[in-house]
Amino acid sequence: MSATKRAADTLIIVVVALLAWQALHQVVGATALPGPVPTLAYLAKFVPTERFAENAWATLVCFFYALVLSYGIGLAIGVWMGIHRLSGAVGEPILISLYTLPKVTLYPVVLLIFGLSLSGRVTFGAMHGVLPVALLSMNAIRNIPPVYLKSARTLRLSRWQTILTVFFPATLPEVVAGLRIGFTLTLLGVLLAEMFAAKHGLGFLIINAMQMLQGEEMITVAVVLFVFAALANALLLWIEHRLHRGV
Amino acid sequence: MSRVGWIRIAVIAIAIGLLEFCCRIGLIDHRVVIPPSEMADALVRLLISGQANEQIVRTFGIVIVAALISVVAGFALGVVIHALPRVRQALDPFFATYYAVPIFIFYPVMIVIFGLSVMPIVLMGVATAIVAMIIATLNGLDRVPRVLTKVARVHRMGTVATALLLKLPAAAPHLFTGVKLAVSYAFIGVIASEFILAPAGLGRVISDAYSDFNNRQMYALMLLLIIVATVVNLVLHVFDQRWAERRGIGKP
Repeated sequence: MSATKRAADTLIIVVVALLAWQALHQVVGATALPGPVPTLAYLAKFVPTERFAENAWATLVCFFYALVLSYGIGLAIGVWMGIHRLSGAVGEPILISLYTLPKVTLYPVVLLIFGLSLSGRVTFGAMHGVLPVALLSMNAIRNIPPVYLKSARTLRLSRWQTILTVFFPATLPEVVAGLRIGFTLTLLGVLLAEMFAAKHGLGFLIINAMQMLQGEEMITVAVVLFVFAALANALLLWIEHRLHRGV
Repeated sequence: MSRVGWIRIAVIAIAIGLLEFCCRIGLIDHRVVIPPSEMADALVRLLISGQANEQIVRTFGIVIVAALISVVAGFALGVVIHALPRVRQALDPFFATYYAVPIFIFYPVMIVIFGLSVMPIVLMGVATAIVAMIIATLNGLDRVPRVLTKVARVHRMGTVATALLLKLPAAAPHLFTGVKLAVSYAFIGVIASEFILAPAGLGRVISDAYSDFNNRQMYALMLLLIIVATVVNLVLHVFDQRWAERRGIGKP
C-alpha cells in the first residue's frame, strides 16, 4: 500500500471519529461531552500553560524511569530465560499468567510499600512493562535457527563475534516488538497509577477535571495522551517493519 | 508430571514460603504485607461469612457480560469488516494503534456521560476486549484455506452452508484465541475501572479496604481476584494450546 493511500485512510478515520464525537455531543449535551470545536480551541489555549507543562513533565519523568526499569529488567530476564533453556521452560508459564493478571489489583500493595511517591508510580508502571519485554525477547532468542549458530561455529567466530554478528541481528526485530508493547503498557501503568492516587501528572489532571466537571480539560488531556501514544507506536512500528525487511 | 512442572511448583512454593517467613520474623512489616497463610485464612472466613458475596457476584457478573458482548459483537463486526476489503484497509491503522493507547483515559469521560453506574464499567470492559475479538476474527477468516472455498463451489454449497460447515470450523482456533483474549481483557478492563472509580464491586471494596488500613480484607479479596484470574486464564490457555496444536498452528 502506498504512503499517500495510508495517509488518506488515517485521515478518513480521524474525520469519522470527529463526526462521531460531534454526534455524541449532540445526544448527551454540552456539559457531559463538549463538542470537538470548543475542545480543540481549549486545547490550543491549555497546552501552552504552565499547569499543563508541569503535569506533563511529572508524567514524562515518571514514565521515563518506569521505562528504563521495564526495559532493563525485562531484557535481563528475557536473555537469561532464552539462553538457559530450563529456566525458560520453568518460568514461561509463570510469566504468562502474571502477564494476563489484572495488575491494578496489586496497586494498593505497591502503595503500602512505597507510599504516595514517585517510586510507587514508577514501580507500578514497570510492573506492566517488564513482562512483554521479557517474554518477547526470550522467544526471540529461542527462535534463532540452529543453523545460524552452527555456521558461527564453522566460521570459528569468537563468543563476542557470535553475539554481535549472529545473536544481535537475528533477535533484534522481535526484541523491538517487545520494547514497543512494553512502551505501551508502561505508559498505561503510569497513567493508571496517576488516576488512582496522585497529586501530579496527566492521569491526575483527567480525574481532577472529571470531579470539577470540566469536560473540555478532561478531553483535552485525553486527546493529548492519545496522540502521544499513537505517534510513539507508529514510530516504533515503522522501525520494527524496517528491521523485519532487513533480515 | 514432568520434571519441569515439579521444578515450577517448587519455585512457586519457595517464593510463597519465603514471603511467609519474612512476614513472620518481621522483616516485612505487618502493616505492609500480611503473611500468605493469613491472607488465605482471611479469604476463607470472608467467603464463609458471605459478606462479600454481593460484590463478588456483581464484579464477575459484569466481567461475564462484558466478555459475552465483546465476543458476540466482535465476531459479528469481524465478519462484516472481512466482507468489505476497502473498509478493512481503512481500519488497519486504527487496529494497529488501538491497544497502544491507554483507553482508560476515556473512563472519566464515560462516567460523565453515563453517570456513576454499571454502564461505564461494562463499556470499559467491552472497549478493552472487543477489538481483540475483531482482530482474531479477521485473522481466522484470512487463514481459511483457498482450497476449502473451491471445495464448496464444487459441491455447490450455498453461502450459509459454506460459512457454517467450512469457514467456521477452519477459523475456529483463531476465534478461540480471540475469546481467550477477550475474556482476560474484559477482566482487566472491569477491575481497573472499579479501582479508579465505581459505586460498588470488588475493585471498589479493595480500594476502600486500602484507605481504611483493613489489610486482612484487602489481601483476602486480592487473593481471590488473583486466583480466579489465574485459573480462568490458565484453563483458556490450555484449551487454546490444544486446539492450535490439533490444527497445526501451535507450538509442537
